[in-house]
Amino acid sequence: MAVLVIADHDGAHVRDTTAKTVTAACAISGDVDVLVLGASLSGAAAGAAAIAGVRKVLTAESAALGQGLAEAVTDLVVSLAGGYDAILTPATSTGKNFIPRIAAKLDVSQISDIIEVVDAKTFVRPIYAGNALETVKSSDAKIVGTVRATAFKAAGEGGSAGIEAAAVPGSAGRHADFVSEEVVKSDRPELAGAKIVVSGGRALGSAEEFHKVIEPLADKLGAAVGASRAAVDAGYAPNDYQVGQTGKVVAPDLYVAIGISGAIQHLAGMKDSKIIVAVNKDADAPIFAVADYGLVADYKTAVPELMEELARIGK
Amino acid sequence: MKVLVPVKRVIDYNVKVRVKPDQTGVDLANVKMSMNPFDEIGTEEAVRLKEKGAATEVVVVSIGPAQAQETIRTALAMGADRGILIQTDQDLEPLAVAKLLAAVIAQETPGVVVMGKQAIDGDNNAVGQMLAALLDWPQATFASGIEISGDTAKVTREVDGGLQVLSVALPAVITADLRLNEPRYASLPNIMKAKKKPIDIKSTADYGVDVANRLTVLKVTEPPKRQGGVKVADVAELVSKLKNEAGVI
Ligand SMILES: Cc1cc2nc3c(=O)[nH]c(=O)nc-3n(C[C@H](O)[C@H](O)[C@H](O)COP(=O)(O)OP(=O)(O)OC[C@H]3O[C@@H](n4cnc5c(N)ncnc54)[C@H](O)[C@@H]3O)c2cc1C
Ligand SMILES: Cc1cc2nc3c(=O)[nH]c(=O)nc-3n(C[C@H](O)[C@H](O)[C@H](O)COP(=O)(O)OP(=O)(O)OC[C@H]3O[C@@H](n4cnc5c(N)ncnc54)[C@H](O)[C@@H]3O)c2cc1C
Repeated sequence: MAVLVIADHDGAHVRDTTAKTVTAACAISGDVDVLVLGASLSGAAAGAAAIAGVRKVLTAESAALGQGLAEAVTDLVVSLAGGYDAILTPATSTGKNFIPRIAAKLDVSQISDIIEVVDAKTFVRPIYAGNALETVKSSDAKIVGTVRATAFKAAGEGGSAGIEAAAVPGSAGRHADFVSEEVVKSDRPELAGAKIVVSGGRALGSAEEFHKVIEPLADKLGAAVGASRAAVDAGYAPNDYQVGQTGKVVAPDLYVAIGISGAIQHLAGMKDSKIIVAVNKDADAPIFAVADYGLVADYKTAVPELMEELARIGK
Repeated sequence: MKVLVPVKRVIDYNVKVRVKPDQTGVDLANVKMSMNPFDEIGTEEAVRLKEKGAATEVVVVSIGPAQAQETIRTALAMGADRGILIQTDQDLEPLAVAKLLAAVIAQETPGVVVMGKQAIDGDNNAVGQMLAALLDWPQATFASGIEISGDTAKVTREVDGGLQVLSVALPAVITADLRLNEPRYASLPNIMKAKKKPIDIKSTADYGVDVANRLTVLKVTEPPKRQGGVKVADVAELVSKLKNEAGVI
């Protein structure tokens, strides 16, 4: 039994999600290899090799892999699949894009969003926006799936796996072509792995207000910024800020929801946070049912007060 | 050009599901069912392509129980031209759904498939990518914008960190994200008209593909309940609790 983990990384570093997926992989087998693919992998391969429990790191470089094109990733992973009983990657939008394609090429069912490894063939995953958890047992020869990283502890450091280059197959079939990319660079922590997240909802009313209120509070706390779907749809925040069933799933130590009502779909993305704070002027808002500390207040007065109070305690 | 739109009948997004006490699944008796919201977005996009003259016909396909006809009727009322129901009471896995859709596509030869990125019951986010793999077609998932000119589509995708634009030669599979469009409400006259539009009823056996499930559901359980509901009086109490009680700041 061996497991291949496809790394989530930014070229220079492997993300925390990768070390967490390694933990899930180690519950399946002791032989865990990590595949780092992309256009330039300077630091990421070394980062993967240092994750405790990793047997070997494979690297694969090409322009198409760097663009995350599902067709190229699939060709590569299918060419390596013979040596593995399971193929896992974190459930990021990149991973969700290619994993089902790989599963179908290998003629196996996909296990989406694994939150627990019961045994090598049995997994727990959320369905219905996390309102039910199903335990599924696979009869397929191979397991192909995505791992909800927030459900696993990161594997430690101190590994010293060898690094090998994998052969990258030429593109055989029809594929999409990369045109352009608009990636917002930010000095804030990434939403998916942040220890603290401050999210704003429809209540903010405009993009300016979102910048003026949510971002300074996030910066004061060293937090990532999130948003509800309503805030994203209305253009107050970019699409990749969306937290929820159909956006990002986060589980920080502290989640602060400002002017968010707490719809089922939003809760699906944050209800596993350690501590939830809600600021909402409606005392009956459903968000309060999951909040550890609910403050019934207008954010317009509460957030400035919060900034002051944080400053007072030295934040 | 023909556009094919798979549509799934799912529990309405406003319904909070309840797990059955015997842990065999969720209770779907007497709950409101609707078209998967992402499939409304897919249908809307296809109808707009037709209205713009980029498409000539919109065919919707659903795989599900007899009542999935209502879901198809909803799409027809939004402006789709005809429907195909592959009637089954089996809960099919994404791979089986993709295989059936691939078989339908072999017969229908659409120029593009526009579908939801995710069904809000299974939450798999898989069928579109699997379908593209089985057909060996390019894929463009999580679309927030589609421009078709001639036999290429330029698709803007919502990705981690921002947006990506891909160019795909048609035929291709495109999956819709939330921001692609705002689906219309069907007007009463269009709902009446939809009643006369044809729906072809098929069975899974008609397509001769392997739809056996590979996964066995051992049990369905409720997630751990959160102990929330505590209110604080003011900001000072909030900050003090975060610092001293929770220790998170
Ligand atoms: C298919 C589908 C997928 C979805 N996926 C997601 C998802 O992934 N993530 C997600 O978030 N949503 C998702 N949604 C949308 C979800 O159902 C809700 O519509 C959305 O979460 C509401 O956002 P909101 O809480 O910001 O807005 P609202 O529900 O409008 O809530 C605004 C809140 O702000 C409060 N408020 C107003 N003014 C103030 C003030 N001055 N001070 C303090 N509080 C104030 C109000 O009391 C209210 O509670 C999805 C919906 C569908 C159909
Ligand atoms: C209690 C319960 C347990 C289940 N357990 C499992 C399980 O363990 N494993 C499993 O794989 N499935 C299971 N299912 C079935 C599951 O809900 C889905 O029907 C199936 O897996 C398809 O996945 P999805 O709907 O999440 O697809 P997604 O990949 O999320 O759907 C994406 C898109 O594919 C299209 N599509 C999907 N299904 C259909 C359809 N039937 N007809 C037309 N278009 C469609 C739509 O355009 C949709 O937007 C279970 C269902 C229930 C009720």
